[in-house]
Amino acid sequence: MYGLGILKGLGVTIKHFAATYIEDFKQGMKHYTDEERFAIRQGVEARGLFTVQYPEEKLAVPERFRYMPFLVVNDADHPDAPGQPWCTSCGICSKVCPPQCIWIVRCTDPETGRPKPEPREFYIDIDICMNCGFCAEFCPFDAIKMDHDYEISSYDRSSAHIYDLEKLSKPLSYWQTIAPTRAEEERLAREAKEAAKAGKVQG
Amino acid sequence: MFQETENTMSTPSSDVTANDVTDVLFRKFPNAIQPDEREGYSGIIVSPDHLVEVAQSIRDDLRHDLLTSLSYVDYIDEGYFEVVYHAYDTRKGGPAFNFKARVPRDEAVLPSLTGVWLSANLQEREAWDLMGIRFTGHPNLKRLLTWEGFEGHPLRKDWREPFYEEEKKPFKSRWPEGHAERAENRLPYGMNVQYPPEFTPDGWVPEGDAAIYEALGAPTTDSGISLHHIKTDQLIVNMGPQHPSTHGVFRMAVTLDGETITRLEPVVGYLHRNHEKIGERNTYLGNMPFTDRLDYICSMSNNLAYALTVEKMIGQEVPERAELLRILVLELTRIINHFWLIGFLLNDLGAFFTPALYMIMERELILDLFEALSGSRMMCNYMRFGGVAYDLPSYVGGPAVKPGDKARYLDTMQFIKDLVYDRLPKATDQIDTFLTQNEVLVSRCKGVGILPTDLAIACGMTGPVLRASGVAYDIRRSDPYSIYNELDFDVAVRYNGDTYDRYLIRLDEIRQSLRILEQIIPRLEATEGQEYWAGKRGHTIRVPKGEHYGHADNPKGELGFYIVSDGTANPYRYHIRAPSLINITALEAMCQGLKVADSVVILGSLDIVLGELDR
Amino acid sequence: MSARRLTANTMSHEVVSLNNPDYPVPEELRHNVAITTLDRIYNWSRSRSVWPMLFGLACCAIEMIAMAASRYDPARFGMEVMRPSPRQADLMIVAGTVTKKMVPQIVRLYNQMSEPRYVIAMGACASGGGPFKEGYTVVDGIDKFIPVDVYIPGCPPTPQALLQGFITLHEKIEGQSITTVPWYRKGESEPIPVPVLGPDLIDVRQTALIRDMASQVSDAPEAVID
Repeated sequence: MYGLGILKGLGVTIKHFAATYIEDFKQGMKHYTDEERFAIRQGVEARGLFTVQYPEEKLAVPERFRYMPFLVVNDADHPDAPGQPWCTSCGICSKVCPPQCIWIVRCTDPETGRPKPEPREFYIDIDICMNCGFCAEFCPFDAIKMDHDYEISSYDRSSAHIYDLEKLSKPLSYWQTIAPTRAEEERLAREAKEAAKAGKVQG
Repeated sequence: MFQETENTMSTPSSDVTANDVTDVLFRKFPNAIQPDEREGYSGIIVSPDHLVEVAQSIRDDLRHDLLTSLSYVDYIDEGYFEVVYHAYDTRKGGPAFNFKARVPRDEAVLPSLTGVWLSANLQEREAWDLMGIRFTGHPNLKRLLTWEGFEGHPLRKDWREPFYEEEKKPFKSRWPEGHAERAENRLPYGMNVQYPPEFTPDGWVPEGDAAIYEALGAPTTDSGISLHHIKTDQLIVNMGPQHPSTHGVFRMAVTLDGETITRLEPVVGYLHRNHEKIGERNTYLGNMPFTDRLDYICSMSNNLAYALTVEKMIGQEVPERAELLRILVLELTRIINHFWLIGFLLNDLGAFFTPALYMIMERELILDLFEALSGSRMMCNYMRFGGVAYDLPSYVGGPAVKPGDKARYLDTMQFIKDLVYDRLPKATDQIDTFLTQNEVLVSRCKGVGILPTDLAIACGMTGPVLRASGVAYDIRRSDPYSIYNELDFDVAVRYNGDTYDRYLIRLDEIRQSLRILEQIIPRLEATEGQEYWAGKRGHTIRVPKGEHYGHADNPKGELGFYIVSDGTANPYRYHIRAPSLINITALEAMCQGLKVADSVVILGSLDIVLGELDR
Repeated sequence: MSARRLTANTMSHEVVSLNNPDYPVPEELRHNVAITTLDRIYNWSRSRSVWPMLFGLACCAIEMIAMAASRYDPARFGMEVMRPSPRQADLMIVAGTVTKKMVPQIVRLYNQMSEPRYVIAMGACASGGGPFKEGYTVVDGIDKFIPVDVYIPGCPPTPQALLQGFITLHEKIEGQSITTVPWYRKGESEPIPVPVLGPDLIDVRQTALIRDMASQVSDAPEAVID
C-alpha cells in the first residue's frame, strides 16, 4: 500500500518522541537529578531525551582524555621543592611533537655552565597543538601530561595563546584528581623503577 | 566470486614480477619494459613511449582492471620524476601490479592514461598540479588542488613553502634553545605567503573561474531533451564551496538546461591542507595523528591503513590482542561512518535532521567508547607500529572534576557487549523500518544516479560504491590484512548501482560489521591482559630503503599509502590515495540528464569527505 | 514534565539575572517582575537568539554538527537555527582549517552578513593555522582577514568546549552597550576587501608592501621561491 513506508517511519519517530515521557513516568524526577541515572541516561541504555544540560551538567571526560598539554610540578606542600617542575628539559616532547609546537630552553648551571635538568623556559603554542598526546606518551619522567580542561576559550590570542612555563605548570595533585587510575599506575611504575635501581646499586 | 588468497598480507608484491602472468608483458613488449631492480622496490618500469599500450595490456591481458593509485615521486638526485601506478584485479583479488614510468625533471611529459582508465583523470591532474608532470592527451589538464596561477609545483623537492623552516623534523630551533616564535613574525608580510621576484600585485588579473567554465564547454542546445521548441538558455550554476548539501567545502560547477544537468565539473582543493608535503617532513610516527585528519569521521581506519603500510616496510609483527582491538575499533568506525552517511543522505533528501539526529545519537555512544579508549572523540591517534596505543580502559566515562561534571563509570566490556549485541543491531533495524520502505526515499533514489559496473571499475571507484555496482571487491577479502582472513563475514554486493542500492549496501555492511564484532568480543575477553603493542615502543623509527603501497578497505573505499623510504627517520615520499577523490571521478556521468536536486543526493550517496578528498 | 521543570529552573535563573541588582524587587515577585536597563534586556535577548551560519570547513565542522545534535542541543541557547545564508545569520563559526583558496569566500560571506555579526574561530586551525600551519596553502589564522570575537582552542574542540565558547560569546554580547555599538553609528561600515588568488594569496590591503618587498628581493630571502 502506498504510504505504508511513511507510516512505519512515523511510527519510529513517535516511539522516539514518546520514549522521553515513558522514561519520565517510570523514573520520575530522579531521572534528571540522580547521578546514577545520569550514567544510564548517557549510556547504552539511553532512551528518549539524550541531552546533557551543559553547563549545569557536564559529561565528565575520561581519564585518557587529551586536550592541551600541561607540565606536572610538585605540590605546594612538597617537603623539599614545592612547585618544582618534573621536567628535566630532555627535549623528547619537542622532538616527538608532530606539528612542532613545543619550545624548550634548557637550564644551565651559572657556575659550571653545564646543562641542568630543569627547563628555564617552556612554551607551547596552543594554536598549533593538535592534541595528539605524543608528548605525554613518550615523556620518560611523567612530567608532561594532557590536560582535561577544555573550557579555555578566550577573546584574544595574540598574547594568551602561547603558554609559558607558569601557565603550563599544574601540581601533581591536579593530575591525580583528573586521572586517578593512571596517576596511581604511574606512581607504582616509578616506585618499581626506583626499587630496581636501588637494588642494582646495592647488588 | 573470490578466491581465498592463501598468501595474505605477508606476500611481498615483488613476487608479481616473477609471476607467469607478467611474462606475457615481457614477451609482448620486450624493449619497452624492464623490472625495477632497486633494493626494496618492485614492479616494472615502462618506457614512456609505450606506456599506453602496456597499460592496455595490463588491463586486458593481465586483467588488472582497477587502477587504484597513481603516485609520483621526485627523485631529485637522480634527476627524474617517477610516476607509479598500482593496478588490481577485481575478479581474483590479490596484490597490486605495480608499474612505473620515468620522465626527466626538466622535461616532464608523459602520455595520459585517461584513455585506458578514467580513474587516472583526477590523479593526473593532481600530479600536474603538485609535481608539474604534464600528461599529453589528458582532456582537462588543469590544476586540481591549488588554483590556476599558483606559482610552482609544491611537491617538488626543491620547492619550499613560505613557512619553511628546515628540511626534516624535529626542527633544531625547538630545543635546547627554543624561544617560542610565531612563524608569521619571520615573514615580511606577516602571513603565510611568498611571491616570485619582481611580482607586482597592481597589474595582477586573477585567473578566476574562467578555466572551469571553459572546461564545462560553451553551452549547447543539444542536450537530448526535447524542449518542445521553447528556447532556453543554458546556464552555469555553482554549488559550493559554501553550500549546506555538499558535505564540506566541495564545489560543483554545473551547466544546466532548465533544471537538467548537462555538464558537471567538481572543483576541489578548498581544503587542501598539504598532508603530503607536511608528511614528508614529519617523522613516521609524527604522521599518525595527521592521518586522523584525512577522513575525520573514520580516523581509526586511516590510522590502520598507515600503520599497516609502515609495519610492512619495517617487518613488524602485531600481537593478537592488538589485532582484535584494531578490528573492534575499525568495524565500529565503519558503523559510525555508515550511520553518518545515512543520516546525511536523508538530510540531502529533505528529511531535515530527524534521521541524522537518531544516527548521531548512536554515534555519540560509540564515540564515548573511543574517547575512553584513545583519549579523543574524533582524532583517535590510536594505532602504533606494532600494535595500539592503549588497552581497553576499565571503564567508559570519567571522574567528576569540574563543577557540574557528572561522573560515569560504565564497565567497558559490558558497554561494548551492550552496544554490539543489543543497541546497534536494534538501531540498524530501526533505520530499516524507518527509511527503507519510505516512499519518498524510494522514489528519489531508485533508478537515480546509476553507475554501471564497467564504468565503476574504469573510474577506479572502491568501497561500498563499487560494491553497490555489482563488483564483489573488498580488500578485506581480496588482499586480506590484519586478521580478516580468520573472520567470517560476507562481502556485501548489490547489483543495480543506483542510489538506493548504495543506501542499502551501507545497511548490509553495518550488519556484516556487527557480525564481525560478535566474533571479536569473545576473543577479546579471552586475550585480556595480553600484550597489545609489540616491538620497540620508540618514537623514532628508521625504515629500510624501498617503497611500499599499503591499503585498507576504509568505509569510504580504498585508502592507500604509497611510501618511499630513503632509510632515514622521515619518509622520502608520502602519497595518500584518497578514496573520496577518486570516487568523484564518476560524478558527472552519474548526474548527467538528472535534476540538480538529484545531484545532491548522488553526491551524498558517494560519501565524500573533504579532509581526505583535498588532503 | 521533569525535563521541562529543569529547563524552567535554568530559565528562571536567567530571568533573575536580568534584574538589575540596583533596584530591589520583592522576593515573591522576582519570577514575574524585573527592573532592568535597556542595555541589559537588549543584550539578553540578542545573546539568546544568536543564529549561527551553517558553514563548516573541516574536522571541527563534524564536532559542530555533533554539538548541534540532540546530545548537546544548542536549542537551549536559542542557537539551533543554523542558516546556510549569511544574510540570516548572526554568528559565523569558522570551523576548520582555512585555506588560501577558501579565504576569499569566507571574507565574502562575512561581508554579506548583516550587523550585528560575530565570529568564532573554532579550533587551532581557524585560530592560528593549527597543525597544518606550515603548509603552503593554509592561512595562519582567520583573524588575519576578519575580526574574531572568540577563539576556542582545541584540535578539535569537543562539543562541550564549543558550547563553552558560545557562553563566552554571550558574555561578550552582554558586555556591549546600545550607545556604543558600531551598528547604530552613522555612516556605512566598510566591507573587508576580498583577497585575490595570485601566485600566492594576495591580501589587497597589503599591495604596497608586496610591491616593495618583491622588488627588493635580495633583502628578503624568505620571499623568494627557490
